[in-house]
Parts: sequence; structure tokens; C-alpha cells
Amino acid sequence: MTVFLRIVVRDVRLAFGQGGATVLAVVFFLLTVTLFPLGIGPETGVLRRIAPGVIWVAALLAAMLSLDRLFQADLEDGSLDQLALVPLPLELVAAAKCLAHWISTGLPMLAVSPLLGVLLGLNGEAYGGLLLAMAAGTPSLSLMGGIGAALTVSVRRGGVLLSLLVLPLCVPVLVFGTGAVDSAIAGLEGGAHLPALAAILAAALPLAPWAIAGALRLNLE
Amino acid sequence: MSLIGLNLTCARGDTIVFTGFDFDIARGGIVVARGANGSGKTSLLRLAAGYLAPSVGEIRRDGTSIADDPERHRTSLHYVGHLDAVKPALSVAENLAFWSDVLTANAGTSPRPSVGQALDRMGLAGLADMPARYLSAGQRRRLALARLVASSRPLWLLDEPTASLDAAGMETLIDLVAHHRSSGGMVLAAVHGPFAIDDAVTIRLGESRADGTS
Repeated sequence: MTVFLRIVVRDVRLAFGQGGATVLAVVFFLLTVTLFPLGIGPETGVLRRIAPGVIWVAALLAAMLSLDRLFQADLEDGSLDQLALVPLPLELVAAAKCLAHWISTGLPMLAVSPLLGVLLGLNGEAYGGLLLAMAAGTPSLSLMGGIGAALTVSVRRGGVLLSLLVLPLCVPVLVFGTGAVDSAIAGLEGGAHLPALAAILAAALPLAPWAIAGALRLNLE
Repeated sequence: MSLIGLNLTCARGDTIVFTGFDFDIARGGIVVARGANGSGKTSLLRLAAGYLAPSVGEIRRDGTSIADDPERHRTSLHYVGHLDAVKPALSVAENLAFWSDVLTANAGTSPRPSVGQALDRMGLAGLADMPARYLSAGQRRRLALARLVASSRPLWLLDEPTASLDAAGMETLIDLVAHHRSSGGMVLAAVHGPFAIDDAVTIRLGESRADGTS
């Protein structure tokens, strides 16, 4: 377990440090969402209507942007060879790296999303739903994105290919994430959206690390 | 303690790199693989590490095929390859501390040298707090070799360990290898240039291929 945490801490430190993915992803997320009120105009009704979709699409794209170096940096500098020798199954190493990715991109995006809610004119009741939906949905993005990152780890400029592979997988997260915020705006309690997001996460949690480890093993040869 | 390769054939894509290859390392032994560029030295080391599976043949660690117990094998070997596994954004000491912590399987069973001691051993003591991005190629290699000191594992697989090392660095490496062997460790190294270890068993790769093409 200490090895697992040590990998998480190191990756988070690297992501928050110079040249890391965190700042990039969060600034991209903020900028993209900010463009919508500027482009569409300040009609609160329209903005409130599209807010959940805009926030989720931007979060999805920002996550894609930060994913392509998730395993590639470790492959290129030889760290992957060493990570394959630690007393921890490669599946758990993969899970540790996905967790670090979520802490360094998903969590900051979750933290700034209320700010974007204000910008898009969300009503007061919607914020709880927005935060809950982001909390349940963004870990799935890191996990499913990790599969794409592992499959394209040896591809130069694999970012586009990565998006093509991962975006279709992420559609359910987008649909249920948007739905959860929509029902929160309408003042509805519960609904099926949050449990669906949790179910996706519950499926991705064991399956994604297993798939990632398989893809990485091919690249150790 | 032993590492034995039996009748190994290694294929990369459709190309057979080497075939019918044997090696045998006993407790305290060292085998040095030599051969031209492309003769399969790195492939041999990656086979021995278990990263790559042989197309034919098997590698036995203490009598058991490594394919049967990969967990035990991979947690009791060091692999130092062409890439130094150094993160430029972290300091020299942080880089080594990370690998020392995660590679040491059962911390507490035997006292391991501190990161400072390991850096001192490799002549990097004065650079501990420097970001690794400022290291020269030779210093990065010393930092990679410091893993061998900081975390004790019985089998060392060294791929061109002398690359970019200066004379003093080379001497330190030879000392390290001698010390490792005196405590029963095993070494399999692929080397190009001089590597002054008198009792090393030298195996040659790619002889037949070289003959065929010349």
C-alpha cells in the first residue's frame, strides 16, 4: 500500500510542478467554458439551458488534453521499465496513476466548476447536483482515458488517436452527467442519473486498470 | 541462487535476433554479453528481466521457470537500461528516494543505505538538491546506478552500464559489481567497451549472423 501511495504522490507532484498537466487542463477548462457566454450572448435563460452540457463537454475535452502524457512520459524516460519491477501488480500501478491523474485534473476541475456555474447563470439549487455529478463522473474519465493513453503510449502525437478511442467510451458519462445537472436545475431530487454515473465508475474501477496493464505489458517488450 | 537460460530464441517482429542461446550464472557470478550493434544484447537482457518472453526456450531462476513465478523474479532484480528513469522536474535526491522506496520490496528486513549514502557512493553527494534536469549524461547514468546501491536486490541486469561514464565512474561501477558479487549477488551485463572484470564469463552474440553478412 505504501508503494501505491508513493506512486500517487510522485505523479501528483509531477503534475502540479513545472510542465505538468494540471495547470494546462484547468486553464483549458476555464477558457473553453468562458467562451460560451461571449459567443452566445448574455441571455441567462439560454445559458442556463446549455450550462450542464457545456461544462461536461469542456471537462471531457480538458481531460483528453492531459491524458496523452499519462504513460508516455514514463515510457520515454525508462520509468515504465522500473515500475514493472516494483512489488505491486502492474494493474495497481495503473490504478495509482489514474488516481493521480484524477487528483491533478479531475479534482481541480471539480473545484472550479461552481465558478463556471455562476458565469453561466446556474440557479442556487443546481450547485449541489453539479458538484455531485462531477465527483461521480470525472474519476470515470480518468480511468477510461487511461485505457486510451495506454493503447496509444508508443504513438507519436497520439493525442488525436487517443480522443478518437476514448470519446465514444465517455459518451455515457457525458449523457448521465449532463442529465444529473439538468434534474438538479429543475429542482428534482435523486433521479437515475447519479446512480448511473456511480455504476459506470463501479464498472470502470476494476476493468480499466486491468486493460491498462495489458496494454502497457505489450509496450515493455 | 542461479539464473539459467536454456536454448533461447528471441524474435522481434518477423526477425529472429538470436537462436539456440544458453547462459548460466551462479551465485556470485557475472556473465558479460558482447556483440555487434543489433546482435541482441538488449533483447537478451529484456528476456532475462521477463519484459519479453522467449519464442523458444526458457529462463530458470533457482530451478523454476520465470514464466511460472514472474512475481518473485521481477521483484528481486534490478534493470539498468539505456534510459535512466530520471524525472527532470524532481531533484536528484527525490528521484533516487522514489525508486529506493518503491523498489525495496520488504522494507525493514535488512537495513538499506540512506539516499544520501547511495548518492555519496556514486559521487553525487554535492548535487542532492539540484533539479535533475541540470545533470550531464554521465551524472544521470550515475544516478541510475545509484538505484543498485539504494535498494538491495540479488540479480543485476546491466545494459551498457558504462555508457557515458568517466574513468572514475567506471571504477566505482566495477567496485559496486565486486561488492555485490562478494555478497552472493549475480550480474548479467551487456557491454561494448572495456569492462575490467577478470573472472567474468564472456558470451558472444550474433557471431553466426556477422559471419553470414560479411
